[in-house]
Amino acid sequence: MNQNYLDFEQSIADLEAKIEALRFLDSSSGVNINDEIIRLRAKSHRLTQSIFAQLTPWQVSQLARHPQRPYTLDYVPRLFTDFEELHGDRLYGDDGAIVAGIARLDDRPVAVIGHQKGRDTREKVKRNFGMPRPEGYRKALRIMHLAERFHMPVITFIDTMGAYPGVGAEERGQSEAIARNLYVMATLKTPIISAVIGEGGSGGALAIGVCDHMLMLQYATYSVISPEGCASILWKSADRASQAAEALGITAESLKRLNLIDEIVSEPLGGAHRDVDAMAQILKSALRANLDTLTRMPIEDLCARRQLRLRQYGQFEDH
Amino acid sequence: MNWFDKLLPPKIKSRGTTAKKAVPEGLWSKCPGCGSVLYYGEIEKNQSVCPRCEHHMRIGARKRLDVFLDPGDRSEIGGDLHPVDFLKFKDSKRYKDRLSDAAKTTGESDALVVLRGSVWGLGVVAAAFEFGFMGGSMGSVVGERFTRGVEASLAGGIPFVCFSASGGARMQEGLTSLMQMAKTSAALTELGAASLPFISVLTDPTMGGVSASFAMLGDVIIAEPKALIGFAGPRVIEQTVRETLPEGFQRAEFLLEHGAIDMIVHRHRMRETIARLLAAMTHQPLKALPCPATES
Repeated sequence: MNQNYLDFEQSIADLEAKIEALRFLDSSSGVNINDEIIRLRAKSHRLTQSIFAQLTPWQVSQLARHPQRPYTLDYVPRLFTDFEELHGDRLYGDDGAIVAGIARLDDRPVAVIGHQKGRDTREKVKRNFGMPRPEGYRKALRIMHLAERFHMPVITFIDTMGAYPGVGAEERGQSEAIARNLYVMATLKTPIISAVIGEGGSGGALAIGVCDHMLMLQYATYSVISPEGCASILWKSADRASQAAEALGITAESLKRLNLIDEIVSEPLGGAHRDVDAMAQILKSALRANLDTLTRMPIEDLCARRQLRLRQYGQFEDH
Repeated sequence: MNWFDKLLPPKIKSRGTTAKKAVPEGLWSKCPGCGSVLYYGEIEKNQSVCPRCEHHMRIGARKRLDVFLDPGDRSEIGGDLHPVDFLKFKDSKRYKDRLSDAAKTTGESDALVVLRGSVWGLGVVAAAFEFGFMGGSMGSVVGERFTRGVEASLAGGIPFVCFSASGGARMQEGLTSLMQMAKTSAALTELGAASLPFISVLTDPTMGGVSASFAMLGDVIIAEPKALIGFAGPRVIEQTVRETLPEGFQRAEFLLEHGAIDMIVHRHRMRETIARLLAAMTHQPLKALPCPATES
């Protein structure tokens, strides 16, 4: 099995392997290899299209966690210039699971905050698998205050399994750290745009996700609990994760329908990891357009609008 | 299981067991703290605190508010709100059925009850969680009632008090339940801007999305003795870190020691403590004296 492809993509992987083999075949064999390659490439393209046209929520959540999926620091150099990373919460430590800094989008100074996962084992450990501790939220909070003071819009990238369930995290007030961010972001006097780029895992995601405009990549997920967590609580078995993913409505499409996100950012065929540069370009134009709109609003209007957005979350009957 | 139970179709059987849970089993019950067998009336009279070991048992939302608020003039806020199964969520059971079962066992339409009343003559809006209603989980109705409670505080220029007892966000409402954390926290910013106090009381248990939003945003945060309070559940943490948790981990005393809460208050002293705090925070004289029968 090809590790670069998920199990539901294996037929594509087989085809790609065939193409790869042909490319190295001796051209003197007489067959018109180029035509064959072109034919197979078209076939692979069609196959990918048809597979990706009908992904299940569980397959989408596998894509959202794909080991090659671009992370915050893959986007930063492609979206921004002059990025300077800022560290630490000034209280306890520096959390590698959340990166933050100042950069420019085109020429406009912006504050950037995002979850960061690691690619190899060493970095995974350094980033704590993208699961923030209170220090991470408090660092993010510090950068948000800084952004407000210096009139910079905040752009956040959401990509976490969730807050880290550890002893130290609880001792240092995980709940308060998340709650404080929700409180401050609700009235922060600068535009906030959030983009779910991979996994939007529960409170750990929301802690940097209160915003004026919520973008979500096509194959990202955003959920109150991981499908596995939900399955093990409600179905008493983590094996029912695919059913849980279905029930929870975690895909961009479902969430757009529920009006919980504002905009779906389409991904290159086969997912963001198949063409990171193209993905970054699409994301960049979405960020640029929304930043233009939001920065033109008087700040009081923007804050009132944000309060209204937050006020209307929820579905119930009133009788 | 006897031969008759075995003959019953499963539907009737499950209905039988839920009905059983709804009614307290007889006149005696066992204290979860010390195991003493106690007379039901004795527990009731003592605000569900064990007279032997002072264990604070869980208490229903209305009972909680009833002992907290002054007798007399009270009005309910958001009582007409009802939950909807907008995701058509179904695990081993439909969300719709869970809702109607919870309504049957608790007599409530959702997990939060909000009343406007007074404490020692001070006007107040008070909210309390009904843990028996799906583990006090926060969905749209809880979020909306909380927010309307805050808005009633703002309109009346009076403080807001919330007694939390919740396992966290309500999974059956998907991401909408997560957004209730943002919604309730945002509502509190307006209370803060109006300099109206919010007192958050954490009772057993206050976990997950409730703990990581309004519950930890009190101007004053009070906990009941030994209440379990935290973000991640102890079992999840144990599975992640693969070590035994320290003694008293995530209990109220642990949180006090780590600077996460202001104080631990015995249930019998809750009313007078909050009245005193609110009177000072709103610059009002203390209008009434504690009545010994209810206050101690």
